[in-house]
Amino acid sequence: MLIIKILAIIILTPIVGGLLTGIDRVITARMQGRQGPPILQPFYDVFKLIQKEPIEVNLMHRFYVYLSLIFVILTAVILLVGGDILLAVFALTLGSVLFILGGYASNSPYSLVGSERELLQMMAYEPMVLLTGIGFYLADKSFFVSDIVKNDIPAIVYLPGMFLGFVFILTFKLRKSPFDFSMSHHGHQEIVQGITTEYSGKDLAVIEVTHWYEEIIAFTFIFLFFATKNPISILVGIIACFLVYFLEILIDNGFARMKWNFALKSAWIVTAVLGSLNLIILSYFK
Amino acid sequence: MNLITTLILFPLAIAVLTFLIRNDKIRGAIVTIGAACIALLAVLVTVTYFQNGITFSYQGEEAISYLIMVLEVLIAGYVITIGIRDKKYIVSVFSIIQTPLILWFELARGHEIEVAKDMVYDKLSGIMVLIVGIIGSLICIYAVGYMRDYHHHHKEYAERKSFFLSVLFLFLSAMFGLVLSNNMTWLYFCWEITSLCSFLLIGYTKTEEAKRNSYRALAINLGGGVAFAFAIVFIGIHYKTLELSVLTSMQPEAAVMIPVFLLALAALTKSAQFPFSSWLLGAMVAPTPSSALLHSATMVKAGVYLIIRLAPLLGNSPVGIAVTGIGCVTFLLSSLAAVTQSDGKKILAYSTVANLGLIVICASIGSQEALWAAILLIIFHASSKSLMFLCVGSIEHQIGSRDVEDMAVLAEVSRKLNLFMFIGIAGMFLAPFGMLISKWVAMKAFIDSKHILSVVVIAYGSAVTLFYWAKWMGKLVSGSNKKQKNDHKLSIHEEIPITIHAILVIVSCFAFPFISDYALIPYLTELFGKDAVIPIGTSDVNLMIMMLAMLIIIPISFIPIYKKDKRRIVPIYMAGENTGDNETFYGGLGEKRKATMRNWYLTEYFDSKKMLYIGNIIAVLILVLGIILLIGGLAK
Amino acid sequence: MNFVKKSPWILHYDGSSCNGCDIEVLACLTPLYDVERFGIINTGNPKHADILLITGSVNEQNIPIVKQLYEQMPEPKVVVAVGICATSGGIFADCYNIVGGVDKVLPVDVYVPGCAARPESIIDGVVKALAVLEEKQKALSKKKSAVKK
Repeated sequence: MLIIKILAIIILTPIVGGLLTGIDRVITARMQGRQGPPILQPFYDVFKLIQKEPIEVNLMHRFYVYLSLIFVILTAVILLVGGDILLAVFALTLGSVLFILGGYASNSPYSLVGSERELLQMMAYEPMVLLTGIGFYLADKSFFVSDIVKNDIPAIVYLPGMFLGFVFILTFKLRKSPFDFSMSHHGHQEIVQGITTEYSGKDLAVIEVTHWYEEIIAFTFIFLFFATKNPISILVGIIACFLVYFLEILIDNGFARMKWNFALKSAWIVTAVLGSLNLIILSYFK
Repeated sequence: MNLITTLILFPLAIAVLTFLIRNDKIRGAIVTIGAACIALLAVLVTVTYFQNGITFSYQGEEAISYLIMVLEVLIAGYVITIGIRDKKYIVSVFSIIQTPLILWFELARGHEIEVAKDMVYDKLSGIMVLIVGIIGSLICIYAVGYMRDYHHHHKEYAERKSFFLSVLFLFLSAMFGLVLSNNMTWLYFCWEITSLCSFLLIGYTKTEEAKRNSYRALAINLGGGVAFAFAIVFIGIHYKTLELSVLTSMQPEAAVMIPVFLLALAALTKSAQFPFSSWLLGAMVAPTPSSALLHSATMVKAGVYLIIRLAPLLGNSPVGIAVTGIGCVTFLLSSLAAVTQSDGKKILAYSTVANLGLIVICASIGSQEALWAAILLIIFHASSKSLMFLCVGSIEHQIGSRDVEDMAVLAEVSRKLNLFMFIGIAGMFLAPFGMLISKWVAMKAFIDSKHILSVVVIAYGSAVTLFYWAKWMGKLVSGSNKKQKNDHKLSIHEEIPITIHAILVIVSCFAFPFISDYALIPYLTELFGKDAVIPIGTSDVNLMIMMLAMLIIIPISFIPIYKKDKRRIVPIYMAGENTGDNETFYGGLGEKRKATMRNWYLTEYFDSKKMLYIGNIIAVLILVLGIILLIGGLAK
Repeated sequence: MNFVKKSPWILHYDGSSCNGCDIEVLACLTPLYDVERFGIINTGNPKHADILLITGSVNEQNIPIVKQLYEQMPEPKVVVAVGICATSGGIFADCYNIVGGVDKVLPVDVYVPGCAARPESIIDGVVKALAVLEEKQKALSKKKSAVKK
């Protein structure tokens, strides 16, 4: 049973993630007054990439991308099976660090700048992610997702500040403007495409799929804020995820990219104010 | 003479022997065999006593105490003389205060006090003995190879290898004594010897900088010693005891907190917490083996060891809160300062200070979980950090620099060192490795004991830690695709200890559930009198081990895929101006220009001087607050 | 199934164009023409691109650059020469530094004439290129299966 569940997660997650990305592209296009690509476009892109000729700049750099994918999948499985939320965060960090190392391994100036910026982004959002995990623990007395979804009162009641803070750093995780300075899907930027500059074909497809997994992981956190043992909460959670996603797309289209200085400062200040205060107040009552 | 006495005296014998023998080869052999014997002895002691522990006293306790007094007078005489000679009066002053104080106390009051247990070997000291015994002896073996290269590279320094190696062994002996003594005057004596060893080793090169830094280290550590001496006198006079175990089992009432505060102060100086951290950063001028042994793996652990011993008294007392606060400040600010460093050894130093801060937080919170994390942190930090120090030492000799920016070429020179350094760094911050496991439990412990500030500090600190380690890792990785041109060979004396260390780092991660089951859980159960449980669930432990296995298996399983999948290699993207060698591009006038890539250091935000300055001020304020609270508690 | 037809990614290179055609290329991305309907993305990175879209003629200085960019693209790939300059050199053909059309340096698959080429004709050209791309993809997979046998 567990194996079937895990297999389902591994297969379904990227499908949902890919669809979400497709929807994102259509909504973005509509916001800009365009028709936009078909919803299945992300899948076409990935399948095309898989069919392309494999090229590489050296022997080492693709290895990290595959390793990163494996650990991101592991994260998704841990979270969706109902495992430990902090362990999931750590596995995700491992996956992200491996991805960054891939950028370093290609030895290209653009990739390296991308890696550095990605690292900086991680430094900016990591405290909030950790505090969110801890916030769930404080609210629901367990780090396990399976316990968090079984409580009576949704976590958002205890963790409104945490939620806002998490939505703020979600912009990093979804690679949305104003915080998409490590690599960008939209057009060419001053660092070409950051870490992904030197990847092509299958490797790039793997990066895309990894990102789909990451999207679902991010939304699992959002979902957890609303989950209770009441089945209606599932619907509420999903609606909340969509609303947050829409908000992120709106922000993406409404803002220009910020400098890294602003990203680091704002993310840390938001974490310190919303995350820490929420935690302090909550610990006072709980 | 039982095994434990042998364990303390044997390194002393080796120290004397190494000091006397001037022939390089014979001395090398003696050091190697001696170190191996010490490691074996440590293991033997563990096998024999670990299960049940042992406490005992010596028949000629009086005689030993007199011997120690004589030695103390000699050391004090030495310190006072050199202090006056080199115009560093502060060390003389400290020495003049503490030695007569202790002498007076011992002669006037000390002999009245009955000491039931001079030596205590329990599970905590057992773990410390293993760390000191195995890691310490590996470093001694490494030192043989390293010092040969060192003097080959640095002809300007006078060669005093015999002296260097013998101080290392003297230190091992003192360290064993320190973790095994329950009699506080003996503990104090060993404490002072380790300070002295540190002083001698930092000043090894006799340059101006080395001298200055060594005196700073001595002054700060002696300052801690003064606090220690006062604590002993206070306890001796008020409570008529000299035993550490008796002190820690007392009720945490206000009067007891005075010596506890003094001891904690001594511990903070030894483990280089703010505002006393400057000596450890300066200590990096010493040859690398001593940095590895004293300034990261073992001696600085003496401070946190003492705090762990005092943990039952700290908790939510004013002293405990002050110590926790200092730990928080140290962890966060020295992590930030590490971001701005590019000198490998400096990064290691800052990270050591930071991690000691984390251990101090855990130990001072003092709940079962927190202590579990603290002890595990000591184990993992010792193995990972000394691996990295040894690697950096060898790297410096191989590529002629220890700057992280230069380490991109390391893979061309030595694949092995590159890999080992990588393992060491991974051990410090990545998921399935030891330090992260402990950090995870620490986080849980902090939130369970409602130390929200510590939780926030650890969340930020971990993020920063991730930044400075990952960028170092990136530099190591960026050269890994280049062909190896091996023009330098690692000496066997360096390679074997480094390899064993790397294996230790990995094995200790697999073994942590066993360490927990056989050492930590029984120790904590006994200490708290209630059942301790492993703070991480079994399913999580299994997942961690699975991740670790994946990290080992997947890279290997990639090899056949690589063999099969040959790809077209294209030049890296440089806007079409790549000259073909992937390192240079055509400039505006058609000339070849090199693309240089550097990491980010964010000096405008986290300048290390600024961080130290802020950290020291906050730490001093916390100390003052602690004192005020302490006095307030007394007045009540 | 060939997916390359459904998601052609473009690398746009400005040879020595007067920027007239470049403006028109960018116009294709605007809401009025919206080439993203066809899954077209302007990547700006040869390693991700399927179509190399060159505006302007090739000059002495950028021959190696164009060649390198082409080399850095993974197969299957096509070259589209946009504008009269890219097809033959246009009014700059006789300049001292101009080599001529792109076909002097790279195998061009589709020529899009015009000065400047209109967005409609650029889109037409790209769509034509998709057919070529599909052919090349088929040839490639045939070659692959032949190698496997």
